[in-house]
Amino acid sequence: MDPLVIAGRKFNSRLMVGTGKFSSNLAMQSAMESSGCEIVTVALRRVDINNPGDNMLQHIDRERYLLLPNTSGARDAEEAVRLARLARAAGCEPWIKLEVTPDPYYLLPDPIETLKAAIILVKEGFNVLPYMPADPVLARHLEEAGTVTVMPLGAPIGTNRGMRTRDLINIIIEQANVPVVVDAGLGAPSHVAEAMEMGADAVLVNTALADTPNPALMGEAFKKGVEAGRMAYLAGLGPQRAKAQASSPLTGFLREE
Amino acid sequence: MNMHVNGENHQFDAGLTIGQLLKQLDLQPDRVVLELNQNILNTTDNINTELHEKDKLEIIQFVGGG
Amino acid sequence: MSFFDLLQKYPATELLQRFEQVETQDIDRALTRQKLSIDDFLCLISPKISDNQIETLAQIAHRITSQRFGRTIQLYAPLYLSNECHNGCKYCGFSADNHDLRRKTLNDDEILREAEHLHRQGFRHILLLTGEAPEAAGVDFIEHVVRLLSKRFSSLSLEVFPMSREEYQRLVDAGVDGLTLYQETYDQNLYPDLHPYGPKSDFQFRLEGPERAGQAGLRRIGIGALLGLGDYLTDAFYTGLHARYLMQRFWRTQVTISFPRLRPAEGGFAPRSFVSDRQLTQLICALRLLAPDAGLVLSTREDAELRDNLLPLGITQMSAGSCTAPGGYEGDEGDGEQFTISDHRTPEEICDILAERGYEAVWKDWDGAFADQRT
Repeated sequence: MDPLVIAGRKFNSRLMVGTGKFSSNLAMQSAMESSGCEIVTVALRRVDINNPGDNMLQHIDRERYLLLPNTSGARDAEEAVRLARLARAAGCEPWIKLEVTPDPYYLLPDPIETLKAAIILVKEGFNVLPYMPADPVLARHLEEAGTVTVMPLGAPIGTNRGMRTRDLINIIIEQANVPVVVDAGLGAPSHVAEAMEMGADAVLVNTALADTPNPALMGEAFKKGVEAGRMAYLAGLGPQRAKAQASSPLTGFLREE
Repeated sequence: MNMHVNGENHQFDAGLTIGQLLKQLDLQPDRVVLELNQNILNTTDNINTELHEKDKLEIIQFVGGG
Repeated sequence: MSFFDLLQKYPATELLQRFEQVETQDIDRALTRQKLSIDDFLCLISPKISDNQIETLAQIAHRITSQRFGRTIQLYAPLYLSNECHNGCKYCGFSADNHDLRRKTLNDDEILREAEHLHRQGFRHILLLTGEAPEAAGVDFIEHVVRLLSKRFSSLSLEVFPMSREEYQRLVDAGVDGLTLYQETYDQNLYPDLHPYGPKSDFQFRLEGPERAGQAGLRRIGIGALLGLGDYLTDAFYTGLHARYLMQRFWRTQVTISFPRLRPAEGGFAPRSFVSDRQLTQLICALRLLAPDAGLVLSTREDAELRDNLLPLGITQMSAGSCTAPGGYEGDEGDGEQFTISDHRTPEEICDILAERGYEAVWKDWDGAFADQRT
């Protein structure tokens, strides 16, 4: 399949995988493996010093996967910028999935704080991939700020409800000059296929892979869903025909000589 | 001495270095990132930096996330 | 990257090769696209398109246009302020070589009289035109005219010589909200032959005019090639490329595209090729698919019948009752025209025909008074 290019870097997979909520690290690794993903997201948290636990980095092969730290937990631009700087200090490449979610119930992204943080992080040299409401004008602003993708949500995070924002994402796809990555809410291979058929450049999936008894099999299913959707997009879906052909063709006048 | 680590007060021996603290906590320096009094530190470069009374230290690591 | 740099990435020889390679299934595939790549656009303007494909293209263009613009056509009228010009454009009635032309720049009284004529007919969107003669009708003059007319009209656009960003900014501040600047031809080798002397001979300065206008915050920017001057296919392609470039960079600005066609032997100038009705129709529809939100403008150069037929396919703006000579609405007519009008219907007649076909004529869709720069 044709490669995905973000910030000048090529990826063969158009499926990004989040590493949260898996039942075990083994389950997570098997889902990453079978999904064929090349970009995985991770979060930053304080170490519980009474119980340091496990470090995610030891379970991710950094040669194979681009580690994309997110700023989850940030409630405003300032917190997001701080998390991004910490991620870079931790030795990550300057790629950041920007998330600013002050609303604790639906974890919906804050458009104003997201834009503020994006402007700062781009100036600091980050490749910013912003999680955002499916708002075409916000997508314009983020792109203008210099983000390397836009990542509109298909549905609230973790809901598995699919492309609920379809019509708005359609507009974003039509207007965007950077890759459009549909993030959040995609709960089934048919959902990611739908996003890809519409012309989205990539998708990000987490809950659907974590919250299943068989993450390995589900990873493969999503991989195929993404590929099927992309292939259909490249091939060209059958034209949407007007229900009835107009009784008088619109170009008949060209043949009346 | 008393320090604020990850939002909680803890007692440590005076003169403790960052390296010693991490060792006490069984954390690998190359897998965490530190913020000392709001300044991000490169952990490996600051392994011998001494900590002081009332320092605020954040020790952060990667966890799963979408 | 300026559009001049982008243009260098699409040399005409490579484009013509690509046109050669277009296959019928490439056109079919392009017809399925929701978002056209520039190569899809190339396929859609290919001469290999079949009658059936052109009909499908027209159906899609019609659907998109009614979705985005409804059944409305915005009417505007040109107001020629001056025909004085130092350029020697080979195809233009105002060329400095045209020694028989009576040169004229309107004074304030004449401008107001012409403007009142258009206002009485209902026009609220006016396009102000000049040649290129700074001492007679330069930036100061245009700024003065804009201030003279801005209270009387909702929207003032310019079709004049290219300017610096600062000059555009001045005119925006005075109350201009639209700009039309045709490149005439995007063929850099041919351009100097057609524009042998005068300031217009600077290809790049003209080409980059629309982006300077975008930076200055013009609300509408119009581009176009004078079809027939150069190779039709490459000029049509570059027009689409230019429109897309501007839309990507200046998303707050509406891009409008015109497709003026040279008629055979117009003003004694023999065009290199004549663009057929079929090609023009195909181009309008393909531009609609490439740029769903672009305004597509059809002037009175085209005859009444064709204008009516093209109405549902993507056109959003039309001139009406135009006169292309300075002072021509109220004064002596038929003298000193820039080009010949083919659709002679009055604005009233055009309105009636639009209504008959289920379209509403829109005399204004914007009030410059709302913009804070206009006082």
